Amino acid sequence: MSKDNQILENLTSKEYEHGWSVNYEADEAPLGLNEDIIRWISAKKEEPSWLLEWRLKAFKTWQAMKEPEWSNVNYRKMDLQALRYYSAPKQSKNPKNLKEVDPELIAIYERLGISLNEQKRLQGIAIDVVLDSVSVATTFKETLGKLGIIFCSFSEAVKEHPDLIKKYLGSVIPMTDNYYASLNAAVFSDGSFCYIPKGVRCPMELSTYFRINAANTGQFERTLIVADDSSYVSYLEGCTAPQRDENQLHAAVVEIYAGAHSEVKYSTVQNWFPGDKNGKGGIYNFVTKRGICAGDHSKISWTQVETGSAITWKYPSCILKGDYSIGEFYSVAVTNNYQQADTGTKMIHIGKNTKSRIVSKGISAGKSQNSYRGQVQVMKRAHNARNFSQCDSLLMGNQCGAHTFPYIDIANPSAKVEHEATTSKIGEDQIFYCNQRGIATEDAVALIVNGYAKEVLNQLPMEFAVEAQKLLALTLEGSVG
Amino acid sequence: MIGSKRKLILQPQSDPTAIRMSTLTQHELILGLFEAAPTTFLSLRQLGKESFYAQGLPTLKSEEYKFTPLAKKLESNLTEFYPAEQVEISHKQVKSALFPNFKGVVLVFSNGHYLPQLSSTSEGLAVNLLSERENTPLGSIAKIDKDPFVALNQATFTDGLHLSLDKKKALESPILLLQFHQTQGGQVISPRIWIEAGDFSKATIIDYHISLDEAPYFVNKVVEIRGGVHADITYHSIQQENNQVIEVSNLVTDIHPDAQFTSTQITLSGDMIRNNLTLNLLGSNSVGEMFGLYLLHGKTHVDNHTNVDHMVSHAESNELYKGILADQSRGVFNGKIFVRQIAQKTNAFQQNNNILLSDDVIINTKPQLEIWADDVKCSHGCTVGQLDEEALFYLQTRGIDKITAKGLLLYAFAGEVLDKIEEDSLRNYIVNQIQKRLESNF
Repeated sequence: MSKDNQILENLTSKEYEHGWSVNYEADEAPLGLNEDIIRWISAKKEEPSWLLEWRLKAFKTWQAMKEPEWSNVNYRKMDLQALRYYSAPKQSKNPKNLKEVDPELIAIYERLGISLNEQKRLQGIAIDVVLDSVSVATTFKETLGKLGIIFCSFSEAVKEHPDLIKKYLGSVIPMTDNYYASLNAAVFSDGSFCYIPKGVRCPMELSTYFRINAANTGQFERTLIVADDSSYVSYLEGCTAPQRDENQLHAAVVEIYAGAHSEVKYSTVQNWFPGDKNGKGGIYNFVTKRGICAGDHSKISWTQVETGSAITWKYPSCILKGDYSIGEFYSVAVTNNYQQADTGTKMIHIGKNTKSRIVSKGISAGKSQNSYRGQVQVMKRAHNARNFSQCDSLLMGNQCGAHTFPYIDIANPSAKVEHEATTSKIGEDQIFYCNQRGIATEDAVALIVNGYAKEVLNQLPMEFAVEAQKLLALTLEGSVG
Repeated sequence: MIGSKRKLILQPQSDPTAIRMSTLTQHELILGLFEAAPTTFLSLRQLGKESFYAQGLPTLKSEEYKFTPLAKKLESNLTEFYPAEQVEISHKQVKSALFPNFKGVVLVFSNGHYLPQLSSTSEGLAVNLLSERENTPLGSIAKIDKDPFVALNQATFTDGLHLSLDKKKALESPILLLQFHQTQGGQVISPRIWIEAGDFSKATIIDYHISLDEAPYFVNKVVEIRGGVHADITYHSIQQENNQVIEVSNLVTDIHPDAQFTSTQITLSGDMIRNNLTLNLLGSNSVGEMFGLYLLHGKTHVDNHTNVDHMVSHAESNELYKGILADQSRGVFNGKIFVRQIAQKTNAFQQNNNILLSDDVIINTKPQLEIWADDVKCSHGCTVGQLDEEALFYLQTRGIDKITAKGLLLYAFAGEVLDKIEEDSLRNYIVNQIQKRLESNF
């Protein structure tokens, strides 16, 4: 037992390795939130008037909304007026290539282990980097451009592809959707935009890397992915933030539109600062993610590895509108210390012969709370809908909790829906078996956890899978309850 | 944490004028009910009334009643809103209502009023009116702040039944609570039952509701059961009333060390039925078992909410609810397993299976686990589907016609729950009822 305690001690004292911050000159909006700030942001980004109007409308809707309280998380509410809604590193306007990007910024990303340098990059991943509020750099633009793929920062897309933005912005997540989505719609600063034209298979992984650097800043980015008919894209998202005592807010919106026969794979490795071991600080991660399988035979697949954030509150969802469309959700959510996660998915079956699959693996350690909240809804006309859900929870330590709230709402008799969930701790017999074979307890736990999460990790693109596996090992190293 | 969540569900409001009624009429209707309440248990009633006003009738916005619009239903079905009077029940009616070959204690009720002259008793079993046992800690198990209908019952119940089973008394034959309901349409029946089982006692209770005519009424029942150490209590509830009945039933039980409680909930008809079943596992080595079967047709809406609270270590709970839905019926299932932090070594299992037979049925199911302890084995499973086409085809190739084959398969599906009923007369009766339904293609 004493050894267990010691191991737990080691685990809880583990520092967040991305907790540093860098001082750079930033261009910031004044504190607070009002119409003027929104106008200020819009002007700063030289946006067309329709977008400003859209923002103001969202702001009006948001003002009438109340902060939702239904989730299974407990936190001190944020004073949204004490936040800064725009912070951008000062640099020469619109860098054309990496040489023009402030070396200080590149240094930040090098330190994170993300190389922006195209020549040195062996793996073909195009990255759009978002620091605080703005997109800093996008790599491999030209290569992608040859195929007609648009991959750029959101602000750039607003200027260069206004028609596409106008058509798809808010089409999946309307600005009236929920409290945080409306807030995002009003104040979003930047994000990524990606368009894959008809019949194009994107040859490389597209990736966005988010980092919050400035203090008292909310990060509100917006990602919009449009996959036209018969196209394919795999998209990665990663994030970190410096270690600060105050809580910071991250309220992003990700919209995915999938046309007929297209496939979008969206993977996230979320490693925002989770707060220190006493639960102080950390990011509030209130994210709205939704995709629509608009065309027949389309497919959207969400994969997420959630290891960071003080509070995670997100439900990547699929609206299966097209006939024969497929929605998938694979998730590993790890919580430790005082982290709280309320995450899951929604699968809305509208079209005929639609299929969805949910695999959610929760791991709670320390004093954390981990909840799965999901909904499978089969509409009246969604004939032959098929769903399989599995949500397992693993508990480590006797002060953590694992909760499951699956809503299953079926209005069509031809639906076949299965849901199963288990909660348990790592079996002593399993550990004992490993010990017998000369595997130390700590390694045995890593082995078992990795095996437990394998089904999800297998879904990640290779480069990410390695990172995710490392993260898992790091977050849970030695946590034998 | 727990407190804050509860707040979400109920959102107490102290100003009685601000109660969340869907319309003013309903408000007035309920006032009438309060005015007509008897003058016994005054302080208890006052508390119930205050609590009810604080909670209000649940709207579709309250999480616990999200799929069951009771307020709306009460308004549309009930014209009056007064406590139903007792009506005459004859020996003949009692006799014909008994299950064939039933032997045991029969306690007869008319609209929630206990009729001692028609009832029998047994050695070791004390049957009283609640008004004769004024010291009964009513409301200590079914708490008014947990559900607005418990509060409403506490504010308006007329009288009730107090059952007390002696220590070490094992009743060989079951106790049948025969509840006859007959109103002039649109009245409220508020049965209140308190059951106390001594240490090492054993009993089976069958709660059977019968409508004597087709008029609509509202049953708001609260049953509190306190089982002693090592007690073994089985509670079967059979709901087979007319198709205009609105019913809310709250059954709450405290299960003490080494004790066992088994509940079987069979629902065959009604208009809108809500069953809240709460098991508080207070003692280690206690076992709580919940079985349910709902066979719905017409426009019947059944909402089963079960809540198991594992408060101590080494307790076990086991749950199996099955449903067959036809026509325009609607089924709601919400099974909550709550394992507190000290409740280590908990085993909790839950399963809900549903078969949908028609295009217009709706099923909303939510098997919910809230686990705050780590050394536990908890699982839940839930399925929604149809009959296996291949099994159906196989039977047809053996010369069994489609309707019979379908009946066979459905019967097998329901059988898993029926097998849990140990009392032969009851099981045979229900099997008979179900077979009749299956023969007539539901």
